[in-house]
Amino acid sequence: MCFSLDNGARMGEIDGFAFPNESLDEPREVEMKLYEYQAMELFARSGIPTPFSRVASSPEEARQLTAEVGKKVVIKAQVHMGGRGKAGGVKLAETPDEAEKAAEAILGMQIKGLTVHKVLVAEAIDIKNEIYLSVTIDRVSKRPIVMASAAGGVEIEQIAAETPEKIIKYIVDPIAGLRSFEARKVTAQLFENQKAVGKAANLLVNLYHLFINGDCSLVEINPLVLDADGNVIAADGKVDIDDNALYRQPELLKYREAIDEDPNEVRARELGLNYVSLDGDIGCIVNGAGLAMATVDWIQLFGGSPANFLDLGGSSSVAKMVRALDIILGNPKVKTVLVNILAGITRCDDIANGILEARKQIQSDKPIVLRLAGTNEEAAQALLEGTDIQITPSMREGVQTAVEIAKSK
Amino acid sequence: MSIIIDKETRVIVQGITGREGTFHAQQMLQYGTKVVGGVTPGKKGENVEGLPVFDFVSEAVEATDANATMILVPAPFAPDAIYEAMEAGIQTIVCITEGLPVLAMSQVYPRVRASKSRLIGPNTMGVISPGKCKIGIMPGHIHEPGNVGIASRSGTLTYEIVQNLSRRGIGQSSAVGIGGDPIVGSGFIDILELYKEDPETDAVIIVGEIGGTDEEIAADWVQANMKKPVFGYIAGRAAPEGKRMGHAGAIISGGKGTAKDKIEAFEAHGIQVGANPEELAEKVKSTIG
Repeated sequence: MCFSLDNGARMGEIDGFAFPNESLDEPREVEMKLYEYQAMELFARSGIPTPFSRVASSPEEARQLTAEVGKKVVIKAQVHMGGRGKAGGVKLAETPDEAEKAAEAILGMQIKGLTVHKVLVAEAIDIKNEIYLSVTIDRVSKRPIVMASAAGGVEIEQIAAETPEKIIKYIVDPIAGLRSFEARKVTAQLFENQKAVGKAANLLVNLYHLFINGDCSLVEINPLVLDADGNVIAADGKVDIDDNALYRQPELLKYREAIDEDPNEVRARELGLNYVSLDGDIGCIVNGAGLAMATVDWIQLFGGSPANFLDLGGSSSVAKMVRALDIILGNPKVKTVLVNILAGITRCDDIANGILEARKQIQSDKPIVLRLAGTNEEAAQALLEGTDIQITPSMREGVQTAVEIAKSK
Repeated sequence: MSIIIDKETRVIVQGITGREGTFHAQQMLQYGTKVVGGVTPGKKGENVEGLPVFDFVSEAVEATDANATMILVPAPFAPDAIYEAMEAGIQTIVCITEGLPVLAMSQVYPRVRASKSRLIGPNTMGVISPGKCKIGIMPGHIHEPGNVGIASRSGTLTYEIVQNLSRRGIGQSSAVGIGGDPIVGSGFIDILELYKEDPETDAVIIVGEIGGTDEEIAADWVQANMKKPVFGYIAGRAAPEGKRMGHAGAIISGGKGTAKDKIEAFEAHGIQVGANPEELAEKVKSTIG
């Protein structure tokens, strides 16, 4: 169940208490991953040493920034995907000319299906040592956990698979926070040089504060670099923000950029729906995340192919149903739509009215298979009587029917 | 018996004057739950469905002897509501609200575990002991009293499973939504321990989903501790990596938390898995029906 505050209201401004108003008309945040250049900006603001790094959207901009640095730079594709190095999305450039060429090659490139729209121009560092360092929530202990490894530079999953003994894990008391001596205990295992241990410990404390104060679900530096001059620097950054906490992180909202997200997912989020694109031809509209997953799974078990996961959320309104159908029917791959509602807090008559309203507003001859049971079921049946929309008596029959329709088309 | 709540449980609703608070207070009363009052700061002295409204949980406890609460306040206020219920010594705190920041819950969790209170949720459908008491938003009428206990991370999916059980004549001793968030007050093992000791529960169903390793850890525990038959269902077989499937906790990351891992862990530890809600209900029926 989701509640939202009145438009723009902050906790302190509300008289006494805000009440559940069930208005789901506001955008519902799904996830918020920052780009590397945004993470580097947050690091710099949080007292974490970073190399000169600025973002460029054109080869010309990359050239100018490189001239500004006056040194060798790295041009890095800005995408939410690992493996950009292997895909050719990271290039060294000695001069502004080379930087321009590198940016030209990288901008517009496809990396695992995502188009590169921006590059980071970062001062190249003379690397002596590569360390992995992150803070996240450990779901088993339910506490923040610091993870570090002297075998940095590759993905943590790879370190975990190949050399698990090289990962240092330190679970933090969420009430006391990460104390300096604790940070030193971690960094003393990463560096031999005492100065480096101290510098890295300061950096780790600052990273932990960023994690807490920014309501992050992950802050990661990979690699954390010890350079030839003995400086400890974050050469790369990854920051994920807990979307549930965005109400108390208004300044972080400016980092939301949808440049490489699935357009249907962006649109669904803007409309306040919980939507994940899949590849198939059966559109799904379900109430509740677990039932939505089970619906998608069952379609696959019957040999069908789901086009999406869509959770309507804990409440229902006619308008929300219309929007959901609009997105699903607008997907050209979709051959039929399965609406699977087992209503507790949702009301079946809202769903029925939503489907009837969508029929009026949206031109589409794609068949809708409807499973509708629970709260106000009878009222929904009465609304649908005499229309071509039939209610199937169970989830299995609904799934079966949808799979058959998709196969026959 | 049944677990956590029964006919004697005395319930207040925090957020009772809100639209959902009022609606569900009424639904719970209709079901037969002993709802004895509600709390909304600043609304002391009002009445909702004939129930007195208080400013503080402690006042409500003093006046009504409440020992359980249902929290239905907006997410920014929910951690406060949990702390307040804890401070007032409430035994069973059911937090329906979803969308609490994980870091807020990482601070609530150690405190609630050190307290006398049991927290169910957040982001849960609540708890029902059919025929006796429901504290939550689930439709009461699909449940039948019986001997199968359910512990689940998901609301509507549980309704689907309950409906499939009830249609086959299999009733439930209790159904507990543990919540869909990465950090919840009570995990699968907490609930399994209660079912293990409950003489009215003869079999247990674990309804899990992708993300985390709670199901795997529960499977280990089941093999070591549980003599009653245990069944399982896992949602998210078709889920792609890196996408959050609605629940904050339902995400496969770094190749961890897949449905396949969880189903294999269940099967390796003697938990019978249903591929879909109907098959699950059939398996339960053929074992205990």
